[in-house]
Amino acid sequence: MTRPLLAADNITRLYDGRVACERVSFELWPGEVLAVVGESGSGKTTLLKCLSMQVAPTAGRVLYSLRDGRTVALADLSEAERRFLMRTDWGFVHQDPREGLRMGVSAGANVGERLMAVGERHYGRIRGTALDWLARVEIAEDRIDDSPRHYSGGMRQRLQIARNLVTAPRLVFMDEPTGGLDVSVQARLLDLLRGLVRTLGLSVIIVTHDLAVARLLSTRILVMQQGKVIETGLTDQVLEDPQAPYTQLLVSSVLQV
Amino acid sequence: MTTGYNFAYLNEQTKRMIRRALLKAVAIPGYQVPFASREMPMPYGWGTGGVQVTASILTPEDTLKVIDQGADDTTNAVSIRKFFKRTAEVATTEETAKASIIQTRHRIPEAPLREDQILVFQVPIPEPLRFLEPRETETRKMHALEEYGIMHVKLYEDIARHGHIATSYAYPAKVNGRYVFDPSPIPKFDNPKLDSCAALQLFGAGREKRIYAVPPYTQVKSLDFEDHPFTIQKWDEPCALCGARGTYLDEIILDDRGKRMFVCSDTDHCRKARSGEEAA
Repeated sequence: MTRPLLAADNITRLYDGRVACERVSFELWPGEVLAVVGESGSGKTTLLKCLSMQVAPTAGRVLYSLRDGRTVALADLSEAERRFLMRTDWGFVHQDPREGLRMGVSAGANVGERLMAVGERHYGRIRGTALDWLARVEIAEDRIDDSPRHYSGGMRQRLQIARNLVTAPRLVFMDEPTGGLDVSVQARLLDLLRGLVRTLGLSVIIVTHDLAVARLLSTRILVMQQGKVIETGLTDQVLEDPQAPYTQLLVSSVLQV
Repeated sequence: MTTGYNFAYLNEQTKRMIRRALLKAVAIPGYQVPFASREMPMPYGWGTGGVQVTASILTPEDTLKVIDQGADDTTNAVSIRKFFKRTAEVATTEETAKASIIQTRHRIPEAPLREDQILVFQVPIPEPLRFLEPRETETRKMHALEEYGIMHVKLYEDIARHGHIATSYAYPAKVNGRYVFDPSPIPKFDNPKLDSCAALQLFGAGREKRIYAVPPYTQVKSLDFEDHPFTIQKWDEPCALCGARGTYLDEIILDDRGKRMFVCSDTDHCRKARSGEEAA
């Protein structure tokens, strides 16, 4: 019997009494890609931070199904367990790759860091795995010893993805992964992401304001406005036939070329 | 006392505070204990941490030896030795075997240490994780949770850039299977001497206000990779003065035409070896 990988139960987060997100509930199943869309300030990023335990929800809880089959409330885990989960079972792709990468060390070390964090102590194997992952995200082999400072924006973002996926996480959080990139680079990155998600069977929660990204990557969609979920459903269904007035506005305001 | 200072310069309250920190440091090998470091009559970087530790453990019966880069006659060593001679009127020596307390910068003496000796290190930056993680709150958490993977990231970078682990001093090691620590900027040649040493080893960082310790006979393991094991420096030639092999050698430039010689950095050890030869 399969169970949801992650379940959000009435997540509410207030900042100074002001609502950032309110009573958000959903279930994420293994292998599912969930897009959270909405305009700036609609609470998408706060929701993502609550789910990944970077900020504590004011109310509500997040249930997570661990590798050993136990289902736990994330808030009940000790900090050590939470950090271990972060390093192994989860990935977090930031909008700005500088936040997710260690800019002072080479690309290879960036990819290898998580391996070393979980106890890998064989240089040759770490390097082999790093090379393999660089190839998977289409970074040339001879760039392995370069610092990400010398990488382009698109390459940095791909490196960040490789760094996150190297420990075979089951759940990846993405916060506007294509945010700072120009359109052609975005398209390539999305293509790559879609391939990786499909082949690895990843579960993804992706926050974006770009409906095209949601359409390409996600299976299900959550539309947020002013901290509340106003519409949810299969991505194609919601985007083809939006029910809520705000979603209709959002869909119709996409520029057509 | 002619100087008008309390014995060994520091007042008794301060010494008690430092001794409490020392006890805690000995109880938790390798853990960095914060302490209220005092202003000392010498600049930071000259060994104010080591001086405070020495001042707190010094008794009138002690014999003090101070070395800097292995030498007894360099500025730092001479001035600290003179400082304690004046403020504590303790006996001083240049011979490792005769000293009960040895304050050191950048070296561990070549002669094996004994149980009745204490080695005091001067430490500039006590946090081995600092260069990779600038936040103190984060490094403390990493120590608490034993998250030391990042230390290997540094060694990985070394191998990726230089083909071997190029870190040659302040080489990180794990104490008693728990805390990763920075053994101060001693050459990695001296790292094996830290391991199961008979003497108590105390580390004081004055500017960073941290004290840590390696108790006698405690395991100290230098970090490495399975396929790139920890190694120490080796020289092709023996010491040009005493002919010893297997000691740490300093390169001395003799002129501007490229003439150079390699001599023991431990001046006392070198002198002993030479006089022993002459006697024999």
